[in-house]
Amino acid sequence: MIAALATQGLSKKFGALQVAREIDFTLPVGARHALIGPNGAGKTTFINLLTGAIEPDSGRVTLGETDITYAATHRRVRMGLVRTFQINSLFPDFTPLEAVTMTICEREGIAGRWLSSLTGHRALAEEAYALLEKLGLGDEATRMTRYLPYGRQRLLEIGIALAAKPRVLLLDEPAAGVPERESHELLEAISALPADIAIMFIEHDMELVFRFANRITVLVAGQVLCEGAPAEIAADARVREVYLGSRDHG
Amino acid sequence: MTNTTDPVGGFLRRSQWRPTEIMVWVLVIAAFFVFPDRLVLGSRVLIIAIYALSLDLLLGYGGLISLGHAAYFGTGAYAAGLIANYGWTEPISGLIGAAVIAGVLGYLAGFIIVRLNGVALLMVTLGFGLLISELANSLNDITGGSDGLNMTFAPILGHFDFDLAGQTAYIYSAAFALLAFVFVRRIVNSPFGLSLQGYRENPKRMAQIGAPMAARLRLVNALAAALAGLAGGLLTQTNQFVGLDSVGFERSADTLIMLILGGGGRLYGGLVGALVFLVGRDVFSEANPQYWYFWLGLLLVLIVLFMPQGILGGIDALLARIKRMRKAAP
Repeated sequence: MIAALATQGLSKKFGALQVAREIDFTLPVGARHALIGPNGAGKTTFINLLTGAIEPDSGRVTLGETDITYAATHRRVRMGLVRTFQINSLFPDFTPLEAVTMTICEREGIAGRWLSSLTGHRALAEEAYALLEKLGLGDEATRMTRYLPYGRQRLLEIGIALAAKPRVLLLDEPAAGVPERESHELLEAISALPADIAIMFIEHDMELVFRFANRITVLVAGQVLCEGAPAEIAADARVREVYLGSRDHG
Repeated sequence: MTNTTDPVGGFLRRSQWRPTEIMVWVLVIAAFFVFPDRLVLGSRVLIIAIYALSLDLLLGYGGLISLGHAAYFGTGAYAAGLIANYGWTEPISGLIGAAVIAGVLGYLAGFIIVRLNGVALLMVTLGFGLLISELANSLNDITGGSDGLNMTFAPILGHFDFDLAGQTAYIYSAAFALLAFVFVRRIVNSPFGLSLQGYRENPKRMAQIGAPMAARLRLVNALAAALAGLAGGLLTQTNQFVGLDSVGFERSADTLIMLILGGGGRLYGGLVGALVFLVGRDVFSEANPQYWYFWLGLLLVLIVLFMPQGILGGIDALLARIKRMRKAAP
């Protein structure tokens, strides 16, 4: 079977600092894969390498059967590799409906049309609204994003990514900073993500990791320490030592 | 504001003509009859409104700041003059030619501009403006240097000569202003326009939704440059003269001031700003001309402090507040 996303020997240095070292990683179709590791392990850097925000020094990234190691970010998105951000990266003066419609226009390849009216693409705006309703953002679809509560903004962050119809979705700490009382619907939304999307997510909340992941990779100092099913990782002595060690014994 | 029963329809209906918008154009026509002795100023306002509109497309919608927008205005202005002086005196085609030349320059400049943002963008556009301005100054044989160029045009549509009272100039400018506004409102309400505003809101995220922005920014720079060139050409044609003031730094700075006064990203901010700026200058310079920039500076500071969205944004906020108060007290 072909992996949805894979890397081979992916390496990157920032000066003397090795932020990614020979990372071999495979994300099968429909995966729920957690990427964990202590702060500074290079988790977000890894996502940046995958999306093309950073160019690797060596190694390969493949999406399906296509080598995308040096493809422009927007091309990767068109091919189905989409991410969300740890810190909301939204469109403050847009309504969710506008932001999601814009993304759908992009996906449908009509966003470059400058003499056709949006009014003529009603179906795309309808689709955007349906997507927002499914996420529970229907009531806020026409409110300005900057006035939405943080938890709802987190949802919109995922909504925009979903509008691009990803085959592979990279979630960078999707629940980060969301207060307890707002987190329920966010988790609901994550568990309701279509099964055929391969998902890799970075998360610090171990409860969340063990709830959603069917596989876990532990990254330490830019290197894959180990990979396995949640139970294996939980039992792994090296993980305890390196990742949880200082807290356990401290 | 929000339409809870039909949110999609409400979103799409934004692109329809609003009554206030139609009012603007009724007023433009009414002004022709109400102020017959002020038509020269009136056509100046309309021309500069097109110029400010072109900056609005770039800055108000695209978030691309420019301190050298006069490069395009001036290019259009000189192009319109030179086209006539080289023997092609038909004004409408000459004006279109001027707009195309400015647009091509804008497209080429776009290759540099799309790589930049922030202070670097400010400096490069400023430098580009100074460069074109100095070119106009030093190419004496072509541009007439500091003396400028005089020219005459054939009558518009073969019938209407530019008259001293400015009647022809006013109608001619108003027609092109209307065309320019129809054109720009079409662009900003297109999928392209939405992505342009998305870039203004969050340039970083655009690549992550799959948008190839570089090509689009080059296009919008070319379109805005063409519109600025059109305005410059109109000024030359209605004055039958073009000089260095059409391309100088002040020309770039003034339009930025007008747009911020009126409110960017609202289509009519440039028109309101041009009206306030030019009529204000006209009124003040009759009383005590040396204080014009003092009062303008004061106005600008007050507007930015108390109405950061400009005059139109301030009016919007006021109307929204009245609406809320009415709802609160039935």
